[in-house]
Amino acid sequence: MSQIFHRSTNTISRVTIYGFVFLLAALGWALATWQRSGWFNRMGEAEEQPVPFSHAHHAGGLGIDCRYCHTSVETSSFAGIPPTKTCMNCHSELWTNAPMLEPVRHSYRTGQSLAWTRVNDLPDFVYFSHDIHIAKGVGCDECHGPVDRMPLMFQAKSLQMEWCLDCHRAPDKYLRPRDQVFNMRWQRPSSDHPVTFAGASYTEQQTMGRALIKQYEIRSPRDLTSCNTCHR
Amino acid sequence: MMERESAKPGCKEHAAKLVNIAKKTARKLDLAAIREKLSKATGPTYWRSLEELAEEPGFDDVMHREFPRLASEWPEGCSRRDFLRLAGASLALAGLAGCTKQPLEPIVPYVVQPERIVLGQPLYFATAFPVSGIARPIIVKSMEGRPIKVEGNPQHGASLGAADAHSQAAVLGLYDPDRSQTIGYNGTVRPWGTLQANIRAALSQQQASGGAGLRFLTETVTSPTLAGQIAAVLKQFPNAKWHQYEPVNRDNVKAGAQIAFGQAVDTTYHLDKADVILSLEADLFAPTGLPGFQRYTRDFTLRRKMKPGVAMNRLYVVESTPSLTGVKADHRLPMRSSDIHTFAGSAAVRIFMAGVRTVGAPPDQQRWLSAVVNDLKQHRGTSLVVVGDQQPAEVHALAHAMNQAIENVGTTLTYVDPVEANPVDQTASLKDLVADMDAGKVQVLAIVGGNPAYNAPADLGFADKLSKVGLRIHLGMYEDETSALCQWHVPEAHPLETWSDARAYDGTVSIIQPLIAPLFNGRSAHEFMAVFSQQPEQSSYDVVRGYWRSQFEGRPEDFESTWRKWLHDGFMAGSESKPRTVAARTLNLPALERGAQGTEVVFQPDPSVYDGRWANNAWLQELPKPLTKLTWDNAVLVGPALSERMNLRTGNVVEVEHRRRKLRGPVLVAPGQAEDSITLVMGYGRTRGGNNGSKRGYSAFQLRTSDAPWIAGGVKMTPTGEDYPLALTQNHQVIDHKTAIEETIKRAPVREATLAEFIANPRFAQEMKEEPAYDETLYPKYEYNGYKWGMAIDLNSCVGCNACLVACQAENNIPVVGKDQVRRERHMNWLRLDAYNEGDLANPRTLFQPVPCMQCENAPCELVCPVAATVHSSEGLNDMVYNRCVGTRYCSNNCPYKVRRFNFLLFSDWNTPTLKLLHNPDVTVRSRGVMEKCTYCIQRITRARIESEKEQRKIRDQEVQTACQQACPAEAIIFGDLNDKDSKVARLKADPRNYGLLAELNTRPRTTYLAAVRNPNPELEKKG
Repeated sequence: MSQIFHRSTNTISRVTIYGFVFLLAALGWALATWQRSGWFNRMGEAEEQPVPFSHAHHAGGLGIDCRYCHTSVETSSFAGIPPTKTCMNCHSELWTNAPMLEPVRHSYRTGQSLAWTRVNDLPDFVYFSHDIHIAKGVGCDECHGPVDRMPLMFQAKSLQMEWCLDCHRAPDKYLRPRDQVFNMRWQRPSSDHPVTFAGASYTEQQTMGRALIKQYEIRSPRDLTSCNTCHR
Repeated sequence: MMERESAKPGCKEHAAKLVNIAKKTARKLDLAAIREKLSKATGPTYWRSLEELAEEPGFDDVMHREFPRLASEWPEGCSRRDFLRLAGASLALAGLAGCTKQPLEPIVPYVVQPERIVLGQPLYFATAFPVSGIARPIIVKSMEGRPIKVEGNPQHGASLGAADAHSQAAVLGLYDPDRSQTIGYNGTVRPWGTLQANIRAALSQQQASGGAGLRFLTETVTSPTLAGQIAAVLKQFPNAKWHQYEPVNRDNVKAGAQIAFGQAVDTTYHLDKADVILSLEADLFAPTGLPGFQRYTRDFTLRRKMKPGVAMNRLYVVESTPSLTGVKADHRLPMRSSDIHTFAGSAAVRIFMAGVRTVGAPPDQQRWLSAVVNDLKQHRGTSLVVVGDQQPAEVHALAHAMNQAIENVGTTLTYVDPVEANPVDQTASLKDLVADMDAGKVQVLAIVGGNPAYNAPADLGFADKLSKVGLRIHLGMYEDETSALCQWHVPEAHPLETWSDARAYDGTVSIIQPLIAPLFNGRSAHEFMAVFSQQPEQSSYDVVRGYWRSQFEGRPEDFESTWRKWLHDGFMAGSESKPRTVAARTLNLPALERGAQGTEVVFQPDPSVYDGRWANNAWLQELPKPLTKLTWDNAVLVGPALSERMNLRTGNVVEVEHRRRKLRGPVLVAPGQAEDSITLVMGYGRTRGGNNGSKRGYSAFQLRTSDAPWIAGGVKMTPTGEDYPLALTQNHQVIDHKTAIEETIKRAPVREATLAEFIANPRFAQEMKEEPAYDETLYPKYEYNGYKWGMAIDLNSCVGCNACLVACQAENNIPVVGKDQVRRERHMNWLRLDAYNEGDLANPRTLFQPVPCMQCENAPCELVCPVAATVHSSEGLNDMVYNRCVGTRYCSNNCPYKVRRFNFLLFSDWNTPTLKLLHNPDVTVRSRGVMEKCTYCIQRITRARIESEKEQRKIRDQEVQTACQQACPAEAIIFGDLNDKDSKVARLKADPRNYGLLAELNTRPRTTYLAAVRNPNPELEKKG
């Protein structure tokens, strides 16, 4: 009786068995990478908006403070989205006939709200509070990226839980003095660029971060990583 | 929130099967054996239900599994292969579901943002919720213009911060999609203008006769504005008449005051000053009892906090049906309602002797009677006799005379001007109206609120005679039984949608302000009445403000700022009814005879849906009624002795016959119900009560007649041999280990002592069970350096009013599940109210125990979760992370307190547009397959923590109140930081009465209880 399987079958089966392990690992890695990618979490994606509003022009170019439009960022969990009236404060005088602004004028005329597409959108089971982050010295650009250089708004960070936890586990890596929170061009302290805070000069982020934690009475990482900090 | 009726035919068959099984296993409860067992037991014996006492086989089944109904849910004939296929598919789907890309969401700003609105921050408005005319002062939380939560008004004397179950459920009533939404004329939609034209035309016809054919029928009116409007219309049409009627009225109270004083006065009580209280069927604590129930509960329990220097009060109750007051009493005497007047007579004879002729109390009551009378007499000026609204007028008169004789007037009670705008005998008023309708004298009838076609006394034939009226207009929130008989139906605005005013129990006026524009184009009573006036187009705001401006004329202050202050405070300071000095007349009562022999029937409003007006409110329907633990239905309450005699058990359908009128309803055996007395509960049997309210239970109004609206003798009850499934929660989530009552004592979930025992040994509760040492565990110890949240619940203060349950439901977006699911033990209330009975079946005392999550320090649930969805927080809370939960239910299985709830189906309503507005945005709306439980209102803690951290300070004591604590009228629930030694909760935990529930399991519960102490009269305590 002749052999049913050729000798090479041995090799093929070995490769298949061992290869399967590697394949699984590769698949796991691919999934993990994919779900961290911008395709999945919309990082870097500029969404279509009714008006191509440029933060680069308004915040960066004209130097309008964040809080002119996002009024409740210091007092509420929600930073606030400007009502049409806020746009019209200026645009009833400037660019009054620009076709690009017609949706804004239409909204103001008819009393119908503009419907923007939310860019930085957390899942509904996550409760983020702007006011406390502002109060504890987390700069706008830590989460929102260089908004003052964004002609169209996009999500700058992954907004995934591991990204949140990165800071909640070690806030000293990211904190800055309160008066610098709205400074979009703020630089971390370095030897060429020391930062003065509470009478002391710092050349290193970590040392300054630890001083800020003490100064602002920021809770311990154990407290900050309790599930109920963000989930209720 | 709709009840989820089983839509699939399979489910119905299944339900039928369940009923059949219940029928087969149904056997007579051996009450004699139960009695024997109880009499043999030494010491107090606590039991939950008769089934438990009888050691029914079904009860064992309940105990052995966490979700006993689940087993029957498993599809029959499911092979191992099918099972694996299903398991594989669900695993794959669950994995995929976790990886969905988040959809893009719109974000919609205002066009012009209102100045005071900060997005994400709530606004609070003080207003009032009127029930039977009486204002219940509330503060409503509004998120971005949506009222989402009702809280009590701490500054108002009638609430002191407490909110009752009914007013809290008002937000669900507001968003109820079943409310009527269009003005209808014989079923067709018409504009408001057409209605106005129709009314104006009818009025011009009435002009000549001075309105002789014009009638208004309202419910009880305390609103000064509405009364003013009606008066103005009556001035214009002098021959028109205003009638008032609602089924739960206070006719007897008014008539009693007439007999005693010859004038209409109201009585307010000051229970904080009363050492001894005798209640003759008066429910002081229930929202369906006396109008001042919240204040009375607070004042009563102030004397039960066991604080040094505050003497404990003593409460005697005589009643037929167990009430919240009755079960709280130190001594309760079950007695037929129709005999109570003779008891009152005997007491009166012993107190002041003159002018009362009565049959003597039966020998078995003599001892009780003399003990009570002696106690009352010994506390001259600090005692109180209170009578329930359903007792006849002469009992009220006797109570007035007794209170005068023992000099209680001015200390424990005050007579004040009537709170009602026009206190009339409502039954007589309706009778007049029906007589006029019958005689064809009524051409135009405007029914301003209320549902008389459903709830008028049966003998009047209101519904039949209504057709004799030419033009019938009904203003109401629902298209109900009455609107079906009227040509015009006008949707009424909800009290949270309109301007109005009302008086609280003490007469204090509150302006009712709208929280939201009318959702369904409803009109208020003010706008409706304005159509009959000279200015038909007035808005509610103009009417109410105009009225008060006219009242304000001549006063030196600025009206605008005073008006703003009224709105801000929620009441007009100093507007309470003025005390009145009244002289008692010599009583000239007919001789008091015992009620007719045989079985009597007593009519009572339902604790949840009241007279049926909230029949469509799913929160209230699913709220277990405090004593019977019945949901979604009413039942015929029968005492154990009568049920034994007639061979009836809970669920058997009986026919009750009274004066040739009949109704059929299921029996519920109620321990403590007086012998030969059955209680019919109002509010059910609605035919047009909305999706949730219709076709449930029986309508007690079928038997209720105008001459005997509360108590009727000569009733015949016959078993029909049929059964009806009731959804009772009394045996759900039982935490005692075994069925035998001996085990209940061993576990001692509730602990209690008499005052003498407490004085002898204040630590009695802690000594009942040994708690393991702190380090007796293999798990590492947690350090709680920051906050350490804890809760103490005072069983001595809790009166079982259910306010906390609804508060929890509203605050935490808790869904309702429907009757079918309740029967499967799947109701979702995070906080449940356990009731333990103690003593004899004929007259047990009931101890209530609210059970939220214990937030154990050694939490059994945390250890078994395979996905870390329930974890320990740094402050000692057992966090529940919904998005991690995969629904293994291991945690629930391992929870000794049975406080975890599982979403077996998609119970939350994600579709109905108006119900979306109801959700608290601070709390996740849970989906199917997710476990949930109490978190000590973590959203409130987080809010307070953020505010405090912004200011770099600690959270102050009582800055965070859990929803249940906030609603409690008795201050029985106290929450706070245990690391703060001066906090209220820390001080309570140091109280010798403090003990942990099942603490012997070494769970180290953060929620602990303060044992109850009762204050029996030594004279009655002696046996024999």
